[in-house]
Amino acid sequence: MIDTNVHLFQWPFRRLSGDTPEELVAQLKHKGVRQAWAGSFEALFCRDVSGVNARLAAACSDQGEGFLVPFGVVNPKSPDWEEDLRRCQEDHRMPGIRLYPSYHRYPLTDSDFVKLLTLAASRRLIVQIALSMEDPRTQIPWMMAMPTDPGPLGPLVAKLPALKLVLLNGAHWAGNNEPDVVALCKAENVYFDMAKNEGIGGLEALLAATGPDRVVFGSHYPFFYFESALLKVRESDLTASQKTALTEGNAGRLLLNH
Amino acid sequence: MAVDRRTVVKSMVASLFAAGAPAQSYEVPSSALPEKRFRIWDVHSHLGAMPGNTPEDRLELLIRHMDRLGIERVILSQGFEECEYHPSPEQVRIENDRVMRAVKRFPDRAYGSLYISPDNVDFCREEFDRCVRDGPMVSIGEIETDVRCNSPVFDPIVERAVALDVPIYQHTWTNSLGNGPGDSTPFDLVELARRHPQGKFVCMHTGGNWELGIRAIRDCKNIWAEIAGSDPTAGFTEMAVRELGPERIVYGSDVGGRSFGSQVGKVLGANISDEAKKMILGGNLRRLLQPVLRARGLAS
Repeated sequence: MIDTNVHLFQWPFRRLSGDTPEELVAQLKHKGVRQAWAGSFEALFCRDVSGVNARLAAACSDQGEGFLVPFGVVNPKSPDWEEDLRRCQEDHRMPGIRLYPSYHRYPLTDSDFVKLLTLAASRRLIVQIALSMEDPRTQIPWMMAMPTDPGPLGPLVAKLPALKLVLLNGAHWAGNNEPDVVALCKAENVYFDMAKNEGIGGLEALLAATGPDRVVFGSHYPFFYFESALLKVRESDLTASQKTALTEGNAGRLLLNH
Repeated sequence: MAVDRRTVVKSMVASLFAAGAPAQSYEVPSSALPEKRFRIWDVHSHLGAMPGNTPEDRLELLIRHMDRLGIERVILSQGFEECEYHPSPEQVRIENDRVMRAVKRFPDRAYGSLYISPDNVDFCREEFDRCVRDGPMVSIGEIETDVRCNSPVFDPIVERAVALDVPIYQHTWTNSLGNGPGDSTPFDLVELARRHPQGKFVCMHTGGNWELGIRAIRDCKNIWAEIAGSDPTAGFTEMAVRELGPERIVYGSDVGGRSFGSQVGKVLGANISDEAKKMILGGNLRRLLQPVLRARGLAS
């Protein structure tokens, strides 16, 4: 199983089981995970993202090669972000980056963000966008980070066929008739994790709205209970081959082909 | 420095796959399988947000999902149609009839629970008598209307519940974006519960903002915390066990808007004892319902 959506270190507002790299790795291995794509909770609020990425890369390396795959943060509203992008790929050997527009406060129409996506595509980096981290209804009221509107990505990804995009912590893809969102769901270079996907028949609906080869397993661990993602797969009516693709095959292929 | 991207990626992928080998077959680790160890009863289910033209069709679909996770029984209440916060008596009656139809078809898998709009006191009494006193329903709620539950209009219905010793499930939220018309807060429920010390109340969602909700109800011993209908944020169940004790926590899902799996995962993934999980996943609910089930000779 490949988990495409975990974070290292401490969530700013709560201590979590699994918020040290050692404990996180032990827990994930115990639960059957063979590889986890890791961002850093530090990315949300630290302005020195170069330091955040260096610590993330070191922590992943310390846990043994290949289990934790680091996805560094780039904030396109921060000075000289292009250097962070370069370091992620060239110094830290990361296969991709993870963006937090809700916390770094830019819409997906922002010109710097568009430039970042274009550069990332030219570098053949996987780009993960965390559309949210926490339900706004339960956030600290004086530190709200509202979910990011993915709509602008619809026309954008069509112009960047080399881009490999993974949308994390999105919800309500199925049943959303907004034309830009429908186009996004159907774009062959866009992948979707299922950490916040809910409902009776929710996974089946997600696969139908997107594509069975573009939904990847993501737990949002340790912020979410890992078992919640696992049991959603078990509860679903997917075939064995669909479950295998979702839990490992699609992400493995994405990593291999990016 | 020159980047050999293929080498880096190959090393990551090679750690997973032997050359040419496919992805491993999906298999949930046995440690995550609940059905062998726990009798799971779900206090919080609706027939909304799912396919199916009739209540029976929808409950049948729910049961297929329950079977995959080893869930034995659900408590079913209103919500076939989109939630109406100020329902007319006719709407209330129709919703309760739908629940009773579904439960009648699958009596071994679901019990029904009464929907009411407490501001219409006379109608509430009639509906309680029709569905609970003289009917098959075993509890009251989920109550989710535009009357906040600290209102005195709740008192007559609570008195009837106390007389028959049935629990009341009250929808609660403390929404950081501001509460909606159907939301009561855990603080509202504490007011009601203190006026009725013999009543048994379940604080549905524990206010959503569970770190606040658990503290709000902590000192009010006739309120149980329920964990449904919010994202599966880690730490919820552990804090509830620490502050309330496992005997005051009840598992629920809030299907069909939520998944069973995401909500059961809040308990199975928690760092608590198996004994505590057993109580939360069904033991506590069965104890809450025991008087009414015993009085009717129903399974518990």
